Amino acid sequence: MLLATDVNLAHSQSIFNPASPAAHSIVSLAILVLAVSGLIFVIVEGVLLYSVWRFRADADPNAPEPPQAYGSRAIEIAWTAAPTLIVLFLVLVITRTLWEVEVDPPAPMPDDRALFVTVTGRQWWWEYTYETYDNRPLGFTTANELHIPAGEPGQSRPVYLKLVSADVCHSFWVPRLAGKMDLIPGRVNHLTLQADAPGLYLGQCAEYCGTQHAHMLLRVVVEEPAAFDRWLTEQAEPAADDPAARADRDLFLAQSCVNCHRVRGTPAVGSYAPDLTHLMSRQTLASGMIENTPENLDRWVADPQSIKPGCLMPAFGLGSEDQASIVRYLQTLH
Amino acid sequence: MSATATPLPAPPPIVTERGPSAAQWGMIAFLLSEVAFFSTLIVAYVAFMGKDIVGPTPQEALSLPLVIGTTLCLLGSSAVMHAAERALHSGRQTSFCLLWTLTIALGIIFLAGTAYEWRELIVEKHLTISRNLFGTTYYTLVGFHALHVTGGVMTMAIVLLLALRGQVSRSNATGVQLVGWYWHFVDAVWIVVFVVVYVTAKSGGL
Amino acid sequence: MAFAESTRAVGQGDTAVAHPGVATRLHAWTTTVDHKRIGILYVLMSLVFLVIGGVEALLMRWQLVVPDNQFLGPDTFNQLFTMHGTTMVFFVGMPILIGVGNYLVPLMIGARDMAFPRLNAFGFWITLFGGLLVYFSFATGGAPAIGWFAYAPLTERTFARSAATDFWALGLLISGIGTVTAAVNFVATILGMRAPGMTMRKMPFFVWTMLWTAFQMLLALPPLTAALVMILFDRQLGARFFDTSGGGSAFLWQHLFWFFGHPEVYILILPVFGIVSEVIPVFSRKVLFGYEFMAAATMAIAFISFGVWAHHMYCVGMSRTLDLFFATASLLVSIPTGIKFFNWLATMYGGRIRFASPMLFAFGFLSMFLIGGLTGIMLAAAPFDFQLSDSYFVVGHFHWVLIGGTLFGTFAGVYYWYPKVTGRMLSERLARWQFWLLYVGFFLTFGPMHVAGMLGMPRRIYTYGMDDWTVWNQISTLGALIQAPSYLILIYNLVVSLRHGKPAGDDPWDAWTLEWTTTSPPPSYNFETTPVVHSRRPLWDSKHPDDPDWLYE
Ligand code: HEA
Ligand code: HEA
Ligand code: HEC
Ligand code: CUA
Ligand SMILES: [Cu+2]
Repeated sequence: MLLATDVNLAHSQSIFNPASPAAHSIVSLAILVLAVSGLIFVIVEGVLLYSVWRFRADADPNAPEPPQAYGSRAIEIAWTAAPTLIVLFLVLVITRTLWEVEVDPPAPMPDDRALFVTVTGRQWWWEYTYETYDNRPLGFTTANELHIPAGEPGQSRPVYLKLVSADVCHSFWVPRLAGKMDLIPGRVNHLTLQADAPGLYLGQCAEYCGTQHAHMLLRVVVEEPAAFDRWLTEQAEPAADDPAARADRDLFLAQSCVNCHRVRGTPAVGSYAPDLTHLMSRQTLASGMIENTPENLDRWVADPQSIKPGCLMPAFGLGSEDQASIVRYLQTLH
Repeated sequence: MSATATPLPAPPPIVTERGPSAAQWGMIAFLLSEVAFFSTLIVAYVAFMGKDIVGPTPQEALSLPLVIGTTLCLLGSSAVMHAAERALHSGRQTSFCLLWTLTIALGIIFLAGTAYEWRELIVEKHLTISRNLFGTTYYTLVGFHALHVTGGVMTMAIVLLLALRGQVSRSNATGVQLVGWYWHFVDAVWIVVFVVVYVTAKSGGL
Repeated sequence: MAFAESTRAVGQGDTAVAHPGVATRLHAWTTTVDHKRIGILYVLMSLVFLVIGGVEALLMRWQLVVPDNQFLGPDTFNQLFTMHGTTMVFFVGMPILIGVGNYLVPLMIGARDMAFPRLNAFGFWITLFGGLLVYFSFATGGAPAIGWFAYAPLTERTFARSAATDFWALGLLISGIGTVTAAVNFVATILGMRAPGMTMRKMPFFVWTMLWTAFQMLLALPPLTAALVMILFDRQLGARFFDTSGGGSAFLWQHLFWFFGHPEVYILILPVFGIVSEVIPVFSRKVLFGYEFMAAATMAIAFISFGVWAHHMYCVGMSRTLDLFFATASLLVSIPTGIKFFNWLATMYGGRIRFASPMLFAFGFLSMFLIGGLTGIMLAAAPFDFQLSDSYFVVGHFHWVLIGGTLFGTFAGVYYWYPKVTGRMLSERLARWQFWLLYVGFFLTFGPMHVAGMLGMPRRIYTYGMDDWTVWNQISTLGALIQAPSYLILIYNLVVSLRHGKPAGDDPWDAWTLEWTTTSPPPSYNFETTPVVHSRRPLWDSKHPDDPDWLYE
């Protein structure tokens, strides 16, 4: 299922293709509001068109002025009341939906089957710190691809996101799973996701955040609970220590990469850039921009700026030997 | 339009309206925009109250005695100015000039007091605009107020010059009146600043 | 009627004067304090900026015509939408309306000039200077790339290192002062200089809307000025207003900006409501229906607009109570707006509608603004906005109201008053070409944006990879190419008609307000003798002495 070849494989990002309770609530409200607006549109535009057609001037230039109507209190009251009633109705349905979708997250509890993740927005990628699942503390960090468990019939598995920012404002928006919520430096926001069906859900940062705002893509992988459990276990492990790759690893560790990146289980403990511990378990690189293939990885390490111009990782001008060796090492990080 | 049997209706007589003149409306409008401006700075000050991680806090930095003195000067200047306007209206040119000069002097004393206060804050309390949020909002708010006082003092000085050359009299008192409105407004803003900044600093927050 | 005749003789001497040289004329225009000339200068400046902003838009549209386009890089694109938005709002929308107001308010209330002519000239020149400063940023190696609402902390030194952001802030600060001086002038003129007999209840409706626009400017611009001062202090003096790492608040900027920003969008529409309220009656040959209710509705909009700003901030994680509050307030605006709408329809109903160019554009306004208003209602429905916010749906909404509303309405005014300003008629044939190209092009450009937004396309992205969005973007670009010539036609029409237009006479539209009693163009002192007014339609009274308006008001 996750073997997508094209990273942007005809996946829908439509808000009218909801896959979670919150997104469903919003769609019902949306349809209602669209219908009400549509009705108002048809009536008012209809009267307008009728008037301009029916009362268009005839050719006679000497026709007397039409009767002058200065106003009518009764009519004014009537057409003040009508929109007022509509507004009242809309306020009521808005209230209902607001109370449905905006719920404060609970604290982790035994047997809640809930996942708690802290999402940090960074120029121009996403950092995910897995806090607890089913009240089990996790405490590992990964990047750019958010894995969450799917609910089963009669058993929902809510995901509570805590949204923070490390630099400027961003916004977390996966249309099929929920409305957007901003990540604002100096503030903590919350968003609840709850997916009905396994699959890949796409989205992207929705608050302008600088040069590569366009490529701050979101990928949410919803997995069957069992598969998700497996993924959690793998991710919690430190990086693979392949004896065959020791030389490559040492070369990597000698580079400046370690100032920014972290590879758990090695001396690389940078916290400025995506965690690379299980880089190979990700489908994409650079926040969903390119597929994670050996060629792309090589291109990225050689010159990130040619792929994602303006991104905060510079090119290092590594010699081809070193370059190959580092890419070889990265490929062992399953 | 041929002559008809019925005579044309005659419009009701024009009633002249009374109300502020255009110049007065202009000043009112300007002061309204100033209210919006200062309200914004005050909102910013209040929003950041007590949010600082590094000192000095308002409580540590500000001292009341000096500022009570300068506040009295400013309030006094409003009263004196009022007297000056009365003098102008009853045609007492000399006392107008004297009272007007006193108003200016009180304004200058206020500014001198502020300058002294700032020197102390910067040199002794190490509070600069970049020090912390208090410094940032304090200097911006008090600074813009002082800028308005300075503008007022300069305008009043021009009026004084004109008055000394005999060009200000009862018949063209509107200008003087408008300067007066502005000055009273600047005073009123100071009362708010005084309460929001100094009084709360000493009473430990809002 | 007497005054109509007495003013007729005036101003015809103009043609007799020998043509002064270019230098003299330039000097006369740059040193002018005549409200009419200043008004024209404002409008000309706005048209120049409209073309600049439009070209920026065309570049963006070209970049978005195919996925993963390499035409523009991210930095360029981000600069373009920042400059496009800033230009259109601050240097097209506001000044063009201030210009129209400047020209017409004194004429409509029977005054000789604005209350403070020098201040008026000062206001224009610093507005222009502010615009030039913002554009000067290009010379520093690139325009700002912060978006027109410039969310902190992206505007802090840490993230926006070049001086471009300083020029942007300084330029807006300065032009904002210009706007406030214009507002002060409007208030003083309207409240203090009306002709004898023109009570507050007998002002032409356009004047009434300008009064409330000025009121909004007075309260909305200074908070922006203060916020811009804060940015500049942060950037230049190391202050910490928006320095989130030092306890500053990104949130504060958002509140301050939108406290300005929302009233701002009504500043861009209220005068237009005024313009169409002049045009529709004249071309329907009927008095404006329900003047008092229209007036009250204008006031209501002006006040409510100060209580809805956070509908631009539904996604920042306010409490749901606050969301509800702002949603309710936003929806409330639709009631007075609806009242206006229905009164316009009632004015047309039973009339004899002449589809001359001003009315054509007024019709464009009515048919399109309705749609923009209704998409506004969708955005105001907070949970729906959780999905729509910052998507292309919003871009669709605001172009619909800004072009379908503000521009169409303003063009109605331009066609309506051009004969008064120049003494010549604009070409009706070109007007029709402009109208239909704009109408169709506009529809094609901004209609598909709503769809793209609902398909999940965020705004302010320099490129995209989603196939679903491609076709909608292509229609959009096509639409932009269709509407572009319409602006050229307008400009051509404005220029050519100046010499070759049909002579207009004083009152070509058989209209009813005071400006049509004087010559076209009016003499520098506007009226030979101060007019005396008995009703809202002084010329109706003089044209129908047997059945004057004041019997019914
Ligand atoms: C001319 C300018 C203009 C005008 C007039 C409006 C009018 C309205 N706007 Fe719009 N708006 C903008 C310019 C304007 N807007 C801009 C520039 C932005 C984006 C800024 C940015 O982010 O860059 C924006 C964004 C914007 C948002 C934020 C979206 C987001 O970023 O998430 C919202 C949300 O509530 C909104 C709502 C409204 C509403 C409710 C109205 C109402 O006033 C509309 C009222 C009119 C009608 C409803 C039609 C007529 C009424 C009837 C026929 C009566 C019957 C109707 C009912 C009872 C519903 N607007
Ligand atoms: C009054 C306001 C106004 C007006 C009139 C317009 C007009 C247009 N806008 Fe504008 N727009 C805004 C206000 C306005 N816009 C604002 C506030 C933003 C938000 C900015 C932000 O996000 O920060 C925005 C953003 C915006 C975007 C979104 C950018 C993004 O989010 O990534 C787009 C995208 O297509 C766009 C397109 C257009 C187009 C095609 C026009 C067209 O209607 C333009 C048509 C005009 C012309 C085409 C000019 C005609 C002249 C010529 C053709 C002369 C040719 C000259 C030579 C040959 C030298 N606009
Ligand atoms: C200055 C800090 C910095 C240094 C040094 C650095 N990187 Fe990066 N790296 C980043 C940032 C920032 C990103 C995220 C870019 C984005 O997506 O916008 C990144 C992304 C990556 C990615 C993609 C990760 C993902 O999940 O998509 C890889 C792989 C990577 N870097 C490898 C390296 C290697 C190998 C080196 C050393 C040769 C290195 N980096 C040095 C900052 C750095
Ligand atoms: Cu992050 Cu846009
Ligand atoms: Cu708004």
